[in-house]
Amino acid sequence: MKQFVATCLTTLLLAVMAPVTALAQNGPLRIEITEGVVEPLPYAVPDFVAESADAQELAQQIARVVADDLTGTGLFREVPREAHISQITSFGSPVQFADWKAINAQALVTGAVSSEGGRVVVKFRVWDVFSGTELGEGMQFAGSPDGWRRMAHKVADQVYSRITGESGYFDSRVVFVSESGPKDQRAKRLAVMDYDGANVQYLTSGNALVLAPRFSNDGQRVLYTSYETGLPRVHVLEVGTVQSRILPGQDGVMSFAPRFAPNGQTVVYSITQGSNTDIWAMDIASGGTRQLTSAPSIETAPSYSPDGSQIVFESDRSGTQQLYVMSASGGEAQRISSGQGRYSTPVWSPRGDMIAFTKQNAGRFHIGVMRTDGSEERLLTASFLDEGPTWAPNGRVIMFARETQGAQGASSLYSVDISGRNLKRVRTPEGASDPSWGPLQ
Amino acid sequence: MRLSSKLTMLVAGLAVSACTNANRFDNDAVDLNQATGEAGGVVPGSASDPASPAYFQQTVGDRVLFAVDQSELSPEARATLDGQVQWLNTNSDYNAVIEGHADEQGTRAYNLALGGRRANSVMEYLVSQGIPDNRLRFVSYGKERPIEVCSDESCYAKNRRAVTIISAGPTS
Repeated sequence: MKQFVATCLTTLLLAVMAPVTALAQNGPLRIEITEGVVEPLPYAVPDFVAESADAQELAQQIARVVADDLTGTGLFREVPREAHISQITSFGSPVQFADWKAINAQALVTGAVSSEGGRVVVKFRVWDVFSGTELGEGMQFAGSPDGWRRMAHKVADQVYSRITGESGYFDSRVVFVSESGPKDQRAKRLAVMDYDGANVQYLTSGNALVLAPRFSNDGQRVLYTSYETGLPRVHVLEVGTVQSRILPGQDGVMSFAPRFAPNGQTVVYSITQGSNTDIWAMDIASGGTRQLTSAPSIETAPSYSPDGSQIVFESDRSGTQQLYVMSASGGEAQRISSGQGRYSTPVWSPRGDMIAFTKQNAGRFHIGVMRTDGSEERLLTASFLDEGPTWAPNGRVIMFARETQGAQGASSLYSVDISGRNLKRVRTPEGASDPSWGPLQ
Repeated sequence: MRLSSKLTMLVAGLAVSACTNANRFDNDAVDLNQATGEAGGVVPGSASDPASPAYFQQTVGDRVLFAVDQSELSPEARATLDGQVQWLNTNSDYNAVIEGHADEQGTRAYNLALGGRRANSVMEYLVSQGIPDNRLRFVSYGKERPIEVCSDESCYAKNRRAVTIISAGPTS
């Protein structure tokens, strides 16, 4: 296990340091994310073949979502369909590799969709065009018609994974705060969506102010802070039933900034007593609590390491907000942030090797990453107000909220590679903040 | 006379606040939008009535401001709070909820804690001047409820505040 972690550190470090390696066309079809990719891999996704009469539209839509997923990573570049020489009219027929080589599509994804009795079946294959071989084996997914986007994401996850050797992140969801109304009267409600902003579903009504939802590792529950009782208190919501309950706590005492332990049974969060805010842990089943910090300063925004043994958090015990790591049972904490400015909202990566954070310096906000000992700090973004990073399940992409300046200022979600490339907005129906990325489904 | 008119006002306040103040600490926060007094006369419950929450808000001063990242009370803030102490002593059938706020230059959780620090500073001061702590509660809104929306210091300075909201009835 130690060995494994060490290896991860090394490879990720390479991702950080190494500039660019263009993909060698003579070698096997593979993107080494760890080497950094500037020249995206050209690929083609012709419309999937409709194998039943009513599957025509789905066959096109699914191919488009697969392409949006792959191109959206910045690692792949789609060869436009207008350039295609060959058409794929039958899933089983041999692929005319010369036609795809001619348009320089190095990878080809072919697929077929059939619909029968309210059930949709999606089949696909991934081809290495230049070697004329299949990459991995053909697979199929089946589901109800309204789950077609998930099936498309699953296809894209397979393609991504076969070409990069990393697990994907497309079939995943993000819980966030949906915002509406002017800045001084903003209404906030919890919402969940697919990672790409599709299928938004609202989880609370908007009557009570809600903040900072956090997924459990299994994606079944969400912790969040709500003013439903008149002051901020930690609540837990079952995603399946959309039922929520307040966690036990002392009347009139604020609790906030909750996050699940990897085991899903323990919650870490902040409690404010008098002028002092400390970090506590609660066993969610029994309600039993344990105080983890006791400094007279503000200790908040705790996040567990993926093995559950450590907690990273922010504290202003030194005079300004900085990042600290302590044992999951509390006690002595080691400061890890050392650069200029203030550091906050640390989040441990799912790989265990890095910590993402918000940094304020010289009037600007940044999202950044550092190794868990504070070394190798890199800032990925800069703006008037960037805040609250969350990791994609494969630890390669970070989503965060960006708020624009001024009276008309509004918040929206963005994602960025941990290389700092491919910054882009995630479309949501209203303003959005406080994203928390759930697991690969 | 005064008590009964105050009660009438409280009932009206309850009806209004139930609709508009869903996020308030108390649902019994008093409606401050009372009619102003007619020329020469004091309308009970209006801002010209020294025993009214409206008077507290407008004349005594319901808020104190803080420096960036600070929760210490300035001399001006203490003077305002001394006025609040006097009013709360005189009007001992009212309680108060102190709301702490931060400007937008900070992350969400930290600003919640910072707003808590500011509200607590006010509460501790009021208690130190003799207001029983069972009449007071505090809540932080962090950066969630700015009153000024521009993104420069002129607005930030007004948003870094603790506001004493007069509420009716015994706390417990």
